[in-house]
Amino acid sequence: MSKMTVTLRVWRQAGPKAQGEFKNYTVETDTDTSFLETLDILNEQLVEKKEEPIAFDSDCREGICGMCSLYINGHPHGPATGATTCQLYMRRFKDGETITVEPWRSAAFPVIKDLIVDRNAFDKIQQAGGYVSFNCGGAQDANDLPISKVAADMAMDSATCIGCGACVAACKNGSAMLFVSAKVSQFALLPQGQVERARRARKMVAKMDELGFGNCTNTGACSAECPKNISLSNIARLNREFIAAKCAE
Amino acid sequence: MELIKTADGLVIPAADSKIPEGPVAEKWTNYKDHQKLVNPANKRKLTVIVVGTGLAGASAASTLGELGFNVLNFCIQDSPRRAHSIAAQGGINAAKNYQNDGDSVYRLFYDTVKGGDYRAREANVYRLAEVSNNIIDQCVAQCVPFAREYGGLLANRSFGGAQVSRTFYAKGQTGQQLLLGAYSSLNRQIELGKVKSFNRYEMHDVVMVDGRARGIIAKNLVTGEFERFSAHAVVLATGGYGNTYFLSTNAMSCNCSAAVAAYRKGAYFANPAFVQIHPTCIPVHGDKQSKLTLMSESLRNDGRIWVPKDLETAKKLQKGEIKGSDVPEEERDYYLERRYPAFGNLVPRDVASRAAKERCDKGFGVNNTGLAVFLDFSEAINRLGIDTVRQRYGNLFDMYEEITDVNPGELGNKIGDTCYYNPMMIFPAIHYTMGGLWVDYELQTSLKGLYAIGECNFSDHGANRLGASALMQGLADGYFVLPYTIQNYLSDQISVPCPSTSLPEFDEAEKQCRARQQQLLDIQGNHSVDSIHKELGHIMWEYVGMARTKESLETALAKLKEIRKTFETDLYVPGSAEGYNNELDKAFRLRDFITMGELIAYDALNRNESCGGHFREEYQTEEGEAKRDDENYFYVACWDYQGNDNTAPALIKEPLQYEAIKVQTRNYKS
Ligand SMILES: Cc1cc2nc3c(=O)[nH]c(=O)nc-3n(C[C@H](O)[C@H](O)[C@H](O)COP(=O)(O)OP(=O)(O)OC[C@H]3O[C@@H](n4cnc5c(N)ncnc54)[C@H](O)[C@@H]3O)c2cc1C
Ligand code: SF4
Ligand code: FES
Repeated sequence: MSKMTVTLRVWRQAGPKAQGEFKNYTVETDTDTSFLETLDILNEQLVEKKEEPIAFDSDCREGICGMCSLYINGHPHGPATGATTCQLYMRRFKDGETITVEPWRSAAFPVIKDLIVDRNAFDKIQQAGGYVSFNCGGAQDANDLPISKVAADMAMDSATCIGCGACVAACKNGSAMLFVSAKVSQFALLPQGQVERARRARKMVAKMDELGFGNCTNTGACSAECPKNISLSNIARLNREFIAAKCAE
Repeated sequence: MELIKTADGLVIPAADSKIPEGPVAEKWTNYKDHQKLVNPANKRKLTVIVVGTGLAGASAASTLGELGFNVLNFCIQDSPRRAHSIAAQGGINAAKNYQNDGDSVYRLFYDTVKGGDYRAREANVYRLAEVSNNIIDQCVAQCVPFAREYGGLLANRSFGGAQVSRTFYAKGQTGQQLLLGAYSSLNRQIELGKVKSFNRYEMHDVVMVDGRARGIIAKNLVTGEFERFSAHAVVLATGGYGNTYFLSTNAMSCNCSAAVAAYRKGAYFANPAFVQIHPTCIPVHGDKQSKLTLMSESLRNDGRIWVPKDLETAKKLQKGEIKGSDVPEEERDYYLERRYPAFGNLVPRDVASRAAKERCDKGFGVNNTGLAVFLDFSEAINRLGIDTVRQRYGNLFDMYEEITDVNPGELGNKIGDTCYYNPMMIFPAIHYTMGGLWVDYELQTSLKGLYAIGECNFSDHGANRLGASALMQGLADGYFVLPYTIQNYLSDQISVPCPSTSLPEFDEAEKQCRARQQQLLDIQGNHSVDSIHKELGHIMWEYVGMARTKESLETALAKLKEIRKTFETDLYVPGSAEGYNNELDKAFRLRDFITMGELIAYDALNRNESCGGHFREEYQTEEGEAKRDDENYFYVACWDYQGNDNTAPALIKEPLQYEAIKVQTRNYKS
């Protein structure tokens, strides 16, 4: 462990309609401390000085809930690949470095305060069709339906998406295709998802368009920045699903 | 509830636990055959509030919606999918016996009761084991991608406290996949308009009207406004109270405020002293840490736990002069395999945690603080190859590396012909709380119309929970138990209109919430919320942690009084009541953690025995094993609030009644 001092250049914005600005803060931390814990240290100091702490989202702090959402030095979730903001440790930065911290920036994710954004649009897309329509209690015995390990593993890879929104933040068009395609893929790869397959693809894409997410132009920034390495092949699958669904109409 | 006065104090009448008639295996069927139901046309007239969207809350809300009730569903996070259940790694138990290794509903029931050190309610546990199989069917139908064998059938792994393989899993992300399954069903009901979802809302109080729970006051965390919601019944699915200890494996927002609000309104709080300390967490490394990270129990399938045999070697490890992989096989003490040959590294959590503490107390700890033991994969890697081991645990190895800069899959050293891989360092940490709101067989608290499900209630795990059983319980409660049992209550309510939120009871409750908020903002002292919470956590871990004594608990109670005083007179909360103010929200939660800390200490002081996660040093065998006292403590300890936080709560007992299982000393040695 070694000590380090960094300057955090942080986006401060009092509320949804307020004008925002960057502010600089110097904070002492060490290589074994996480980035969010460094923000905690800074917030403790601000509170001690009777100033308002920086508002940011986090919950599980182990890379699974998808709550943390910081745009650090030009990358959603910071410089590490395959990791969320909460999994970022200070050893990734240099002593004396100035680190720029912003919220996700996308028309579909308005800022609530400082670094916190509203990602409700993601829930709405899921509500449009991200499920199998059956009621609890009616299921058959789980092993009555063998599913190939390959399909199950591929579905699992798609289902790993944590709904963080980094893909949208990374995309110059603010497209949600990677997120939507991961969900559509999980269902499309499994036999239980077949009955509603076409309807699901159609409804989720329509909802995504309605909520103001941009178009996908295949630049691939989403997948490169995704903390769960969700693959671009999901987008290709969604495109096929969507065309097939349209043809079936 | 009319309590019975006995020479032993106040006792809950057996009838009020509502345990159905008949042999344990028939009770649930009997119950379902005779309970009252609500017909479809009437369900539409009834509203249920479900607070929480973890496995318990999401499954209950979606299932109640499917049945036709109107549901209002709340969570603190920005989406129901982010509830703390998402973080569960290892798996979920069920008695499917797909492996043909001798499993059965009875065996899962028996293991759970034994694992809980004979302090759970037998009838509830049997029902849990009984519905466990339906859960797996339900989740597969939802497209939960459980791990499978090449033949296409479901795969299983083993967890602590069991000699069969009954744990279903989805990589190291089982909680995530189960929660996303429940969230998908919930989304369907939201789309259909049966469930209304309120994200970034925090419940502050239950509203009682004529002795029944009729609504809640919740704070909109974005606007800062208190809002009123009314219903025919209220269900709390708000999780456990592990964060009382500040450092735990729980998520940052996990809190006990909803349960404590219910307790202050008169709901009994049961067995608060039963707190689970998980043996395999990444050790504490400084005073800036915000939480502790769990390394899944599944690692104990292939990982072997050890410390050096020799104190000198331990000293060298502590000074950093040598690494774990420098210590050859013959100098390692695999103390769990040595002490518990029948279960080895897969003993239950309480046993494994205490054994680690025992070694570290004797000076055998392996990191710079002396508070860590090794979890080693060398044997597994040499046997199975690194690829197979990485396939099983790769994501956990990477997670460990990201935090500690060491990868357990990397070759550390070769001594002779033997390859030694870098071991993980682990230490016990607060993880789960078995105690919770007291509920009867129907999962109703001692307040009419108020229910508690999931980790928030006390009923199924006794004094210690087995791995992979919390997910099972949360989903059992939400999918298969509460949606039935709540109808027994609601069937009487069909002609009662949903109460108006302008009733004086709502006025009063909201007024009190506002007053408490103003108090917190007005103190303008010098201590931040976190600094007081850390101090609380320190006291809890030191004096009410893994080993407790009468003296330590009395010290804790005295110190907690001081903490409360600091909180009430010298707290500083920045900002105002308007808009998003996380420091203010944390202050509200801390107030309740302090009350909870006292409750844990009172209960631990009362329970003059050691059982499960509750270890009183005065009560142990010569070999250092927990010594129960079934003669005097074979009961659920329920605590009744006495009107204010400064008065000690009153004890009420629910005597345990075992019919199917013979109560005996737990044995994991042979
Ligand atoms: C790291 C980790 C790994 C685990 N692994 C396993 C495992 O492998 N197998 C297993 O069986 N168990 C495991 N557990 C335990 C298990 O995850 C939990 O016990 C279980 O998920 C709890 O579910 P729940 O629905 O009761 O509560 P939670 O998932 O904690 O949900 C609580 C909900 O209540 C809401 N809430 C709380 N207070 C309020 C309030 N005042 N107002 C509004 N909403 C509120 C929250 O927002 C959240 O939605 C693990 C636990 C941890 C910490
Ligand atoms: S696809 Fe990746 S970046 Fe997008 S929401 Fe899912 S996990 Fe986050
Ligand atoms: S806080 Fe949960 S993923 Fe980062």
